[in-house]
Amino acid sequence: MEQPSSHLKIRRANGVSVVEFADRKILEELSIQEIGEELSHLVESEAGIKLLLNFKNVDHLSSAALGMLITLNRKIKEHNGELKLSDINRQIFEVFKITRLNRVFDIHGTSEQALDGFQS
Amino acid sequence: MSAPEHFGVDEASLAELVVPSDLRSAKASEDRILAELARHKYEGDTIFAIKLALEEALTNAIKHGNRNDPSKHIVIRFHIGDERTAIMVRDEGNGFRPTALPDPTANANLERPNGRGIMLMQAYMTKIRFNEAGNEVWMLKENRTRPPAKSKSRSLRR
Repeated sequence: MEQPSSHLKIRRANGVSVVEFADRKILEELSIQEIGEELSHLVESEAGIKLLLNFKNVDHLSSAALGMLITLNRKIKEHNGELKLSDINRQIFEVFKITRLNRVFDIHGTSEQALDGFQS
Repeated sequence: MSAPEHFGVDEASLAELVVPSDLRSAKASEDRILAELARHKYEGDTIFAIKLALEEALTNAIKHGNRNDPSKHIVIRFHIGDERTAIMVRDEGNGFRPTALPDPTANANLERPNGRGIMLMQAYMTKIRFNEAGNEVWMLKENRTRPPAKSKSRSLRR
């Protein structure tokens, strides 16, 4: 089941909320706050949420987007949930490496690998 | 106001934009610069790097420099050539001391949501220089350079 929303495509798979970004440009500054709010509501809607962010549609990133992801990760931990990221392209992954945030986030090559990594 | 001498940019070759201090106006300027990079056939990684650094500079100018005051302006000067791109972004704020910023890659700061913009500009551009006040930044990207190094210890002052 897919729920329409302005910036995110959300589906369920094996008890995991799988989120894709609806637009390649969504991580630009103008939209980041709205995306952060949408994801925050999603986390609040389910205790212990298992959330997978699929980056396959993302081809750009900013420090503001990284900040939003850090805040989201913290919130998910506070709600005893789990966050994983997948399908990050080479250029975007380089940003995670340069900022050392590849050590903060649980990053997987594909969504299938990430889904396998969630605790059942 | 002029490019640092070692950027190798002729003053007469600089274009200038003065735009209202809001994200949509900044985006329009960014799009113009990106179109120019494409016209000069810059490769994808180089365009990615310049786009990222330019957005960080513009965001800093609007949010931190001009403090989201839409009555203020941003000045952008740029030179785009086959060998190099130089871009200046200046705001009307009081500036800051870039050397006083904490290292966002230090373990203690890794989970802080802010403080990565300047570091990314340094990592992705060949050189960046702030003026003394800290409200004007010049960024240089040499074309066809290798991917950015993980960490750089460069002077931020000219």
